[in-house]
Amino acid sequence: MALDRSDVAKIAHLARLAIDEEAVPTYAQNLSNILELVEQMNQIDTSGVTPMAHPLHMAQRLREDVVSEVNQREHFQAHAPSTEAGLFLVPKVIE
Amino acid sequence: MMEWEVVIGLEIHAQLATKTKIFSGAATQYGAEPNTQACAVDLGLPGVLPVLNKEAVRMAAKFGLAIGATVAERSVFARKNYFYPDLPKGYQISQFELPVVACGHLDIELEDGSTKRIGVTRAHLEEDAGKSLHEDFHGATGIDLNRAGTPLLEIVSEPDLRSAKEAVAYMKKIHSLVRYLEICDGNMQEGSFRCDANVSVMPKGSDTFGTRAEIKNLNSFRFVERAIEFEIERQIDLIEEGGKVVQETRLYDADKGETRSMRAKEEANDYRYFPDPDLLPLEIEPSFIEAVRATLPELPDAKKARFMEQYGLSAYDAGVLTASREMGDFYESLVEQAGGEAKQCANWMMGDLAASLNKENLEITESPVSAAMLAGMIKRILDNTISGKIAKDVFAAMWAGEGDADAVIEAKGLKQITDTGAIETLIDEILAANPEQVAAYRGGKDKLFGFFVGQAMKASKGKANPAQLNELLKAKLDG
Repeated sequence: MALDRSDVAKIAHLARLAIDEEAVPTYAQNLSNILELVEQMNQIDTSGVTPMAHPLHMAQRLREDVVSEVNQREHFQAHAPSTEAGLFLVPKVIE
Repeated sequence: MMEWEVVIGLEIHAQLATKTKIFSGAATQYGAEPNTQACAVDLGLPGVLPVLNKEAVRMAAKFGLAIGATVAERSVFARKNYFYPDLPKGYQISQFELPVVACGHLDIELEDGSTKRIGVTRAHLEEDAGKSLHEDFHGATGIDLNRAGTPLLEIVSEPDLRSAKEAVAYMKKIHSLVRYLEICDGNMQEGSFRCDANVSVMPKGSDTFGTRAEIKNLNSFRFVERAIEFEIERQIDLIEEGGKVVQETRLYDADKGETRSMRAKEEANDYRYFPDPDLLPLEIEPSFIEAVRATLPELPDAKKARFMEQYGLSAYDAGVLTASREMGDFYESLVEQAGGEAKQCANWMMGDLAASLNKENLEITESPVSAAMLAGMIKRILDNTISGKIAKDVFAAMWAGEGDADAVIEAKGLKQITDTGAIETLIDEILAANPEQVAAYRGGKDKLFGFFVGQAMKASKGKANPAQLNELLKAKLDG
């Protein structure tokens, strides 16, 4: 399956990536190559194989439900471009 | 005119009542100052890793067992990718192909008294997002991430619901269940329990579902009912006028009582789910599940059946009294302390007590009249100290904080008059004062009996024992 320019533009938009126009053909080729590899892998009979969710054959460790974090708002908000009344401020979002 | 069949499925989001977030050790307490309960993990800062909360897993398993579902021995967390400022990582950690709970069901009661089984497709664990405050901050939006990372159980029903009323009955049932299980506080004002409704219509008898619209973020039972009713009508009108329903997300505007389009959901795969590499698969041992099973309380349906059997209550009464675990506990404590009299106890709880709680918008656990106080009053009715009518005044006084039943009866002099001589004196006075009515009664106007009862009761300030009064009055008039 080959990707065209509009596919690349859409993928970039979904990932909020700004890409150079002239780089689009290269991205289209590289991404198409990946899909081609996946298509090759699709030929293999995997019936009876449990789909892998993680490369490590281990189970998730669980944490006890005990509060361990303290309020560090000032520390964290020191990095934020804009704050007010304890809130992070971002460009207006309209639904 | 074409007949239509409505198809509804609900996605309910229940915030789990854990002390900490699903993937971090930050507190989840409601109402804290903005961003004081948002740690590095919740903020999505680089270099942090999520660690799953055991209690959230335990609560999800508890829910699964309560609806007869499979609790998966292995489930997987996935990233659901989208951009919104209250989702700092750019993805929500959720579960996609392998949820922790699958294939459950519960029974709802329909208006005609019959029951209907509703399938629960799945319930999965995920994290909540933060809150966007759209009030004007100089043209900016304020973001509070305290809620980000709060554990949610998303409960997805089969498209088994056929009317807005069924949808509400199902939602109420889940609401009652999560509170019985003590896995969610069910507080809808605070957003702890909310739902999305998928609604479509198809010609009656068809086996192909119509295109559905999803109504987002309904946070009251009333809104769920109204929004679905509106949406059904909108879709039918649209189709009958030759239009087509488009698959989209809609918002319910409570002020206008209508739904409106929010955004087209053309491509569901825009979320690009994939297994979260930061989290290993969740494996639940059978021993863990058995330990959870041992903590299951008596569930609403079982309690209702027991109340009908043990206390001889009607299905309706038993349903009301088991609507919450606290109601059931209050009732059983009341019956025990009142020494039986199950029906009388039910009537007082569903009558004066329920009315007073409603009026002041209080929960049963906040009632100023405790089960012990109410039982004390019912005992005084049973031993003829007060009549049922006077008891209403005693109840009101107890509610107003004037002490228990005995103190109120004593202080207000409400003790019933049961002395035959005293009642006879009262009657004699009434008869002497109303010679014309006495003659009319004796001349055949039986209906006047009520007049004499009323007069005598009034003279006793409502305190004469009604049964004795009736008996003595009848003897005197007829004698």
